[in-house]
Amino acid sequence: MSYLMIFIAAIFVNNIVLSQFLGICPFLGVSKKISTALGMGCAVMFVMTLSGLVTHLIYFNLLQPNGLSFMTTVIFILVIASLVQMVEIILHKTSPMLYQALGIFLPLITTNCAVLGIAILAVQKNMGLMETVCYNLANAMGFTLAIVLFSSIRERLAVSPIPKALQGAPIALITAGLLSMAFMGFSGISH
Amino acid sequence: MKQTSYKNLTRGIISENPTLVMLLGMCPTLGVTTTALNGLGMGLATLFVLILSNTAVSLVKNFIPATIRIPCYITIIASFVTIVELLMTAYFPSIHAALGIYIPLIVVNCIILGRAEAFAAHNNVFQSLLDALGMGIGFTFALVALGLIREILGAGAAFGYQFIGEDGYPILMFIMPPGAFLALAGLIILFNKLRRE
Repeated sequence: MSYLMIFIAAIFVNNIVLSQFLGICPFLGVSKKISTALGMGCAVMFVMTLSGLVTHLIYFNLLQPNGLSFMTTVIFILVIASLVQMVEIILHKTSPMLYQALGIFLPLITTNCAVLGIAILAVQKNMGLMETVCYNLANAMGFTLAIVLFSSIRERLAVSPIPKALQGAPIALITAGLLSMAFMGFSGISH
Repeated sequence: MKQTSYKNLTRGIISENPTLVMLLGMCPTLGVTTTALNGLGMGLATLFVLILSNTAVSLVKNFIPATIRIPCYITIIASFVTIVELLMTAYFPSIHAALGIYIPLIVVNCIILGRAEAFAAHNNVFQSLLDALGMGIGFTFALVALGLIREILGAGAAFGYQFIGEDGYPILMFIMPPGAFLALAGLIILFNKLRRE
């Protein structure tokens, strides 16, 4: 699979949020404003690419050769949690500007199932190192695209008259459903 | 005492239903509910992990320093998820294959960490067990209901039993991704209406 196809497939065809249902919590939770959605997207891109690299190295150099594949879940979640913590500390010390922009989103990422999910999917698919990094970055870009599109619709919805029964969660889910329907149109591209 | 126990048990099922009211654990809710049976499998697996993790967290709550409690809880939860995953691979391979990636992702299901942090860390073992049972039943109920709606509308079947023949036209969209969002929106509207009455 060429690298371009990895990107197109992950961003449009199998969008991580709208067709694989990973990372729905931040997708619904931090999508009320475009600026916060963009911040969350950037933080996810950063952490996901890094975690893809680290989990790949750990799985193929440490877990698989020693027959410890069944420990994948435990090890990966611990690696991701400590990675997030480390990124937070490093950003705090070295780049206060970036920390201000991404800082509040970092703790939320530990429990973002997209990060763990994509890390596990990448090792299950037996991808090479370079492929894994591209796959992770592409999926994170797909997440960012979905959450930014969704938040711009929600900004408009906030000032629209919505029937009482639909207010809150239902209208958000219906909007996400329509967005997901639009993304289904891309499914003809690959296969 | 009896009243608190009853309240802790029933809270998760109706007034604070984790899925339909609190909107937690959305990924498995939307991802696996293409059939009612998958919903049931996911619900029970989560219920199992929730009971074990709430009990374990409640047992060790006094030994864990407050600053590192979240990583500790995650490790406890991840261990139980691994147990469930290995058990399902051995005894229910077909359900395990259908649920796929969502089984290891029980670790990051916010309901489980949320209950450990909000309830089990401050209450005794018995009450934590009841809380886990209630929340788990509420989650399972929501998943089975959503799975049933999607399976009936999208495939003309219920729990695998086909009741619309080949000449029927089920609304295929409901077992595809957009249908998950729309069906959940409908279910929440209905649940909110019933809850208020």
